Amino acid sequence: MSLNVKEISKKFNFDFKTYTMVFALIGIWIIFGIFTDGLFFSARNMSNLFRQMSIISFLACGMVLIIVANNIDLSVGSVVGLVSAVTAFLQAYTFPKILPGMFPDMDIVTIGIISTALTFTIGILVGLAVGVLQGSLIAYLKIPAFIVTLGGMMIFRGGVLGITQGKTIVPIEPSFVWIAQDYVPKTAGLILGLIVVAYIFFQSFRNRQKRKAYGFEMSGLYVDVIKAGFFSSIVMGYVLYMNTYRGIQNPVFLLAIVAVAVSYLANNTRFGRYTYAIGGNEEAAKLSGVDIKKNVFMGFVLMGVLCGVSGNILTGYVAAGTTGGGNMYELDTIAACIIGGTSFSGGVGTIFGAMVGSLVMASLLNGMSVMNVDIFWQYIIKGIVLILAVYVDVKYNTKKK
Amino acid sequence: MNGKTDYILEVENVTKTFPGVVALNDVTFRVKRGEVHGICGENGAGKSTLMKILSGVHPHGSYSGKVKYDGEEIEFKSEAIHQAIAKGIAIVYQELALVPFMTAGENIFLGREPKINGAINWNKLYSDAEKILKKYKLKISSIDKIVNLAVGKQQMVEIAKALSEDAKLLILDEPTSALTEKEVDQLMEILQILKTHGVTCIYISHKMDEFFRITDSLTVMRDGGVVETRPTKDYTNDIIVSQMVGREMKERFPQNTRKPKEVIFEIKNLNIAHPADADNVIISDVSFNIRSGEIFGMAGLMGAGRTELVTTIFGEYGIIKSGDIILNGKKLNIKSAKDAMLHGISLVPEDRKRQGLILAQSIKQNISLPNIDKFSSFMQINSHAEHAECVKYSTSLKVKAPSIYVKADSLSGGNQQKVVISKWLMSNPKVLILDDPTRGIDVGAKYEIYKLMNQLAEEGVAIIMISSELEEVLGMSDRVMVMHEGKCSGILDIKEATQEKIMKLATGLQVGV
Repeated sequence: MSLNVKEISKKFNFDFKTYTMVFALIGIWIIFGIFTDGLFFSARNMSNLFRQMSIISFLACGMVLIIVANNIDLSVGSVVGLVSAVTAFLQAYTFPKILPGMFPDMDIVTIGIISTALTFTIGILVGLAVGVLQGSLIAYLKIPAFIVTLGGMMIFRGGVLGITQGKTIVPIEPSFVWIAQDYVPKTAGLILGLIVVAYIFFQSFRNRQKRKAYGFEMSGLYVDVIKAGFFSSIVMGYVLYMNTYRGIQNPVFLLAIVAVAVSYLANNTRFGRYTYAIGGNEEAAKLSGVDIKKNVFMGFVLMGVLCGVSGNILTGYVAAGTTGGGNMYELDTIAACIIGGTSFSGGVGTIFGAMVGSLVMASLLNGMSVMNVDIFWQYIIKGIVLILAVYVDVKYNTKKK
Repeated sequence: MNGKTDYILEVENVTKTFPGVVALNDVTFRVKRGEVHGICGENGAGKSTLMKILSGVHPHGSYSGKVKYDGEEIEFKSEAIHQAIAKGIAIVYQELALVPFMTAGENIFLGREPKINGAINWNKLYSDAEKILKKYKLKISSIDKIVNLAVGKQQMVEIAKALSEDAKLLILDEPTSALTEKEVDQLMEILQILKTHGVTCIYISHKMDEFFRITDSLTVMRDGGVVETRPTKDYTNDIIVSQMVGREMKERFPQNTRKPKEVIFEIKNLNIAHPADADNVIISDVSFNIRSGEIFGMAGLMGAGRTELVTTIFGEYGIIKSGDIILNGKKLNIKSAKDAMLHGISLVPEDRKRQGLILAQSIKQNISLPNIDKFSSFMQINSHAEHAECVKYSTSLKVKAPSIYVKADSLSGGNQQKVVISKWLMSNPKVLILDDPTRGIDVGAKYEIYKLMNQLAEEGVAIIMISSELEEVLGMSDRVMVMHEGKCSGILDIKEATQEKIMKLATGLQVGV
């Protein structure tokens, strides 16, 4: 029996277009691996790479859905900066002043942890508030998203400068830094990895059962096993390789949870479905009873919350609040989505793709840094890759027609 | 005429295949100089592919066989639309391609504006545009903006644009699918005028009566091949239909055993204002009622306000100034499509591509969109239940597609319409509003939709059907409401309704029955 690529890909429901960027990513990795004599692939560098990608990736999760619904959010960089400045301010100035007074008997470490928990929550609430504000203006007052978020970009950057007063805000509690810079204990990482693998197999079998119950056509059992095995080995491979260094990075772990959750929102809930429908054809969605305003609003609220998460991680990552925090992140985020196959004309895009896009961008930066490429080249090459990615997409699409 | 041949266009043994599909299979036919040549066939019969070869969208070499124009084989290279135009072949597509905020004159000369010292010579542009409009007696001013013109007039602009390059062969692709009867009459007149100017026309359509009114000869296509070309006078309705579908079709409208029962849906003295201007009353004092199991036709000319009326009832267009919408004796307050659906009112919108479908999404996603609540518990969508339900509807409506995961834009018009209808049937409506449900779809699919309407009515659904085809209104309705300029000019029982009566009411010649 001779199987060609087409048959195999059909069997595994494998869409090559979706994975074009995965192949591109692997290509980029191999090139950097060669140019850096394997240094790029070292566990230490990989660990850094994935950590670096995480801050933009949180934003990309939300941005995909914004772009899919035919909107844009230019303010995310400034919002991340604002959240970062607020959280740093709370950690460095506010809580050290008030918390010891409130809990006079507590030791300094515990107070630090309370400060961190409060700060993290407030950080997310700041993002949420921004999302509610911008979302209302866009969805209910019908001011174009481009304008609202362009305004927001300036306003919140102004906020950052006001809070920081042009200075870097330090110190940050060690527990807050831990969130962004530390690692999941190796054994815990291993157990988590195994749980995920078990879940992948469980889901895949449960799916088969359901398909059977509904009387659908079934693919061979081995197809499902190979699929589940493939994804499991990626997860376990990652865990084991990271464990040879210091373990899974905390922000990457958090990102995995967020990405899966947003992916789930996108595919399995009304909010997600409606978002894609609005982007595909707003008129048809409206006549189908979709509450466009509410859905657009929710999209920006989600984006705001993710800005909150990202801003928190940023503060921990640089262990400070800075005036330039989050600068230009909106462009990196949008680029990650677009490289990952999100269509600028709306209706099309996946979280998985955006994660790959984000990884492509982070890999370019990291690889070039390892190679000691001048910073000006890094900008130029990032720009070229973005345009190239869209060109490939356009070309592929016209060819099909 | 250079005397080479009597035929302006000769298509010889043209075969065009796409991966997996033979779109044209050994097509041969000839078009005489100066005639109006009809091409008739179901959707998917190959008409569009043929037009794309003539216009150069499918370049020479991508098909086998020969196409001769004016006695010479044409060899358009890829993206050769300009080459086709330069040769005098012009096409007016079904979907108009005009820039809405430009004037008629600007549109006519779009892309080849006359220049003076590098700038556009506006005087020449408008005077030339006026000349073309006058020459073919098109009643439009070159300074009218497209947005302000009715569809029929917009189409005239398209024709003027096509003719401005001294076209010798004009191809019209389903030109009347969006036109009212009156506009169709005007188009027929224009075609007669073109004929006197020696322009040859290829006229693609679904509508039988138009072929008999205007064409000299007629080619019937089916499944990518030519069935026959004859002088039109040698054809009859029945012959064309049976050649098109490859089977005998005795009746255009299915037999029905509908027995309308009690009144379930009432509209009382409805006054509606334009959504953007609360002072501009567009529908005034409309009242009617519908019985369960009844098909209630709505006739009227384009712009009479039928679509605006039903869309507002559905909660999505105008502002209701006064009046009541009553379902099963209860007054409804419908604010959105969602409200309407909750009350059991569904609307299959007029323009399936713009309003009905998300073309880039699958059949399944399209069908389930208004009905997601059915498959959702708390937050999650049960995709297996969704799949099963969508399969059920697409099978029972005979949507022709390999699976429900096929994207909507790859379906033919008739199948797309079935998807849109499935979408709205899944919500089990008590009142189903169909806005021009058979627009631009082929005879076979039309018949299936008619059968479905009868079946639904027999199950007790009250159906409102807007239609621009009088025959359809007369063939399908139990009663017909005729609208004229935002008012109901009369409601006729089908037994007393005739085309003449409806036209009189629709044109405002007579009011009140």
